[in-house]
Amino acid sequence: MAEPAPKSNPTEERLDTLTMPQNGWADAARKAALARVREMGLPGRRDEYWKFTRPDSLVQPTAPVAALFQNEEGPLFGDLDRLKIVFVDGVFDAEQSDDLTLSGVRIDRLAESADIHWASDLYGTLEGNGHYVPRPLAALNTAYATDGVLIHVTDKAEKPINFIYLHENETSDAILHHVVKLDPGAELTLLETGPAAARFNKAMEVDVADGATFHHVRAQGRDHERRAATHIFARLGAESVFKSFTLTVNGRLTRNECVIDITGDDAVAHVAGACVGDGDFHHDDTVFVTHDALRCESRQVFKKVLRNGAVGVFQGKILVKEGAQKTDGYQISQSLLLDDDSQFLAKPELEIYADDVACSHGSTSGAIDEEALFYLRSRGVPAEIATDLLTLAFLAEAVEEIEDEVLRDALVERLQGWLERHRG
Amino acid sequence: MLNIKNLHVQLEEEDKQILKGVDLTVEAGKVHAIMGPNGSGKSTLSYVLSGRDGYEVTEGEAKLDGEDLLEMEPEERAAAGLFLAFQYPVEIPGVGNMTFLRTAVNAQRKARGEDEISAADFLKVIRERAKALKIDADMLKRPVNVGFSGGEKKRNEILQMAMLEPKMCILDETDSGLDVDAMKLVAEGVNALRNEGRGFLVITHYQRLLDHIKPDVVHIMADGKIVKTGGPELALEVENNGYADILAEVA
Ligand SMILES: Nc1ncnc2c1ncn2[C@@H]1O[C@H](COP(=O)(O)OP(=O)(O)OP(=O)(O)O)[C@@H](O)[C@H]1O
Ligand SMILES: [Mg+2]
Repeated sequence: MAEPAPKSNPTEERLDTLTMPQNGWADAARKAALARVREMGLPGRRDEYWKFTRPDSLVQPTAPVAALFQNEEGPLFGDLDRLKIVFVDGVFDAEQSDDLTLSGVRIDRLAESADIHWASDLYGTLEGNGHYVPRPLAALNTAYATDGVLIHVTDKAEKPINFIYLHENETSDAILHHVVKLDPGAELTLLETGPAAARFNKAMEVDVADGATFHHVRAQGRDHERRAATHIFARLGAESVFKSFTLTVNGRLTRNECVIDITGDDAVAHVAGACVGDGDFHHDDTVFVTHDALRCESRQVFKKVLRNGAVGVFQGKILVKEGAQKTDGYQISQSLLLDDDSQFLAKPELEIYADDVACSHGSTSGAIDEEALFYLRSRGVPAEIATDLLTLAFLAEAVEEIEDEVLRDALVERLQGWLERHRG
Repeated sequence: MLNIKNLHVQLEEEDKQILKGVDLTVEAGKVHAIMGPNGSGKSTLSYVLSGRDGYEVTEGEAKLDGEDLLEMEPEERAAAGLFLAFQYPVEIPGVGNMTFLRTAVNAQRKARGEDEISAADFLKVIRERAKALKIDADMLKRPVNVGFSGGEKKRNEILQMAMLEPKMCILDETDSGLDVDAMKLVAEGVNALRNEGRGFLVITHYQRLLDHIKPDVVHIMADGKIVKTGGPELALEVENNGYADILAEVA
C-alpha cells in the first residue's frame, strides 16, 4: 500500500522507521496526515519557520541517545489529588496509572478505543487546520502516534488529570497524540509532567466548546539530554477559557508550538512559559494565536533564564482577522541572560486586519540588574541568593499566569531547586 | 567603631579622583553628621564603605571595629554590622518586601553563626516596627520599593535598619523627600535605635533633621575631604550662612 517513495530524502528516511498503527476510526485521518507530511516534507535547516532552531535531531531516523537523570526531588504534584495516567517511554503503564474513570469525564486510550465518534471528528482535524504555517512534525504525529489519551469532558471534572511521562530508556523515541473535547460549560485541569523519552513527539488537540474552561499546566522533565517537539492545537468557542502554562528545565532541545484558533466571541486564551537552561540547552516557544471573533482576549507571556551558552527562541504571532473587533492581544517575551555566552532570539509578529483592536507586543533581553543586586547584598543577602531572588522575580510574571496557587507554588519550588543546583 | 584613614577613591571607569584623603572616626554610641555641597563626595563615601562596584581605593583604609571593611564583600560588611540607608533606594519588581527582609535577616544571622528567626517571630517583630513607622501591611507585601512614594521609600529604609539592627548606620539624605511628619517618624525611628553600642553617620543638607536627631559631631565635606569638624552649632552655621564662609576659611 506504500506509495512509490521518492529517492532517499530525510522525510522518507524518517518515515521508513515508522509503522502506522491501525485502529479503524482514525485510519483515514492518519493516512491524510501522512499525505500532508509527504507534501510538506519534514523540517529542514532552510525552512523559515525553523530559522532559529535546527530540526535535524528531531527529524533524523532514530532518536539520539539521552542519558537518564535522577535527583532527590520527589514527583511533581505528588501530594495533589489527581488522576494519574502514566506512560513509560511513550508506552502506557496500567500498573502505575489510576483507573481511567472520573466523574464528569470519559477517558479512553487512542491505542485501544475501537470506535470513538467524537474523537474521529477531531483527531487530526485541528492539527490539519494549522493552515497558515506547515507543521510537518505534528502531521507526522497524527499519522504515527502509537498511543495517547482521548478525554471527553462533559461536566466539571472532579479532579485534575495528570499525564506522567517517565523516561527509562536512553534511546526511546515516543509519539503520543491526545485529544481533549470539552462540552459547553465543562471544566478540566490537565497536568503533564516528566521527561517522556529520549525523543518525544507529542501533539494535543483541544476543542473548548462555548463557556468551557481548560487549564493546562505542564512541566517538561529535567533530563538534560532529552529532546522534544510538542504541539498544542486549540479551538475556542464563545466565552470559553483556555490557559496553558509550561515550565521547562533542562533538555537539549525543546520546541513547543501552540496554535490557538479563537472562533467564538468573548473567549480568553492565555499561553505562558518559563524556562531555565544551563549549558547545552535550546528552547523554542512558537505560538500562533488567531482571533476570528469579537471581544476576545489573548495573552502570551514567555520568560527565559539562560546561562553558559543556553539558547532561547520565541516566535509568537497574533493574527487578527477581518471583523475580529475589540480584540485585546498581548504578547511579551523576555530573557534573562546570566552571561555573555547565552543568547535569545525572538520574532514577535502582529498581523491585524480589523481596525478596532488593542494589541501590544514586546521582547527584551537583559542581564541581572546590578543596582538591585547590590541593594540586596548591602542588606546581607549573599550574591548567589540575591541572584536567585532576582531570577525568580524575573520569572514571576510568567509563573503568575498559573491561577491555581498550589500548582504555582509547586513549580516555584522546582525553580528554586534548579537555581540552587545551578549556581556560579 | 568606624575608622576611616586617609581614604582616597577614584572611579574605576575613568581617571577621576573623588575622595581625596578622608579621615573620620565615629565612636560607638555617637551620632556624627556630614554636610557638604552637592558633588563633594558624601554618597561616594557611603558607597565605598558598603562595597559598591565601580570605585577604586587608591590609598587609605576603612575599618569597622578593627575589621578591614574594604576587603569584604558587601554582604559580609552587612553581616559585620554596617548598614547604608540609600539616598536613592532601589526598586526591585517581583521580590516581596517581606521575603526580602526575612532573607536578609536570616542571611545575616547565619553569617554570624546565629539561629534563623522563625516566620512567626519575624512577622510579629516586623509588624510592630512597621507600625511605628506608619508602614501598612500592604506595603510590606508589595515588591521592594516598587510604586512607593519618595517618602515611603525612605521610611522603608529605616524599617530595614530597624529589622537588621546594625552596629554602624549610615543614612544618606534620608530626610530628603520627607514631609514634616514623616521626618519626625524617621527621626523617632533612628532615635529608638540609639544606644551605647551603635554608631550613626548621618548625611544631610538640612538642619531640620538634626533638630530631631541631635548629632554629637558635625563634619563638613568639600571636594572629597573633611574640611571642618565641630559640634551641632556647625550645622546651624551652614543653615544660616551656607558654605561660602567655611570654605573660604579653610582654603
Ligand atoms: N559613577 C560615577 N561616574 C561619574 N561620576 C561620578 C560617579 N560617582 C560619583 N561621581 C561624581 O563624584 C562626585 C561626588 O558624587 P557624590 O554622589 O558622592 O556627591 P554627594 O556629595 O553625595 O552629592 P549630593 O549632595 O548631590 O548627593 C560628583 O561630581 C559625581 O558626579
Ligand atoms: Mg549624595
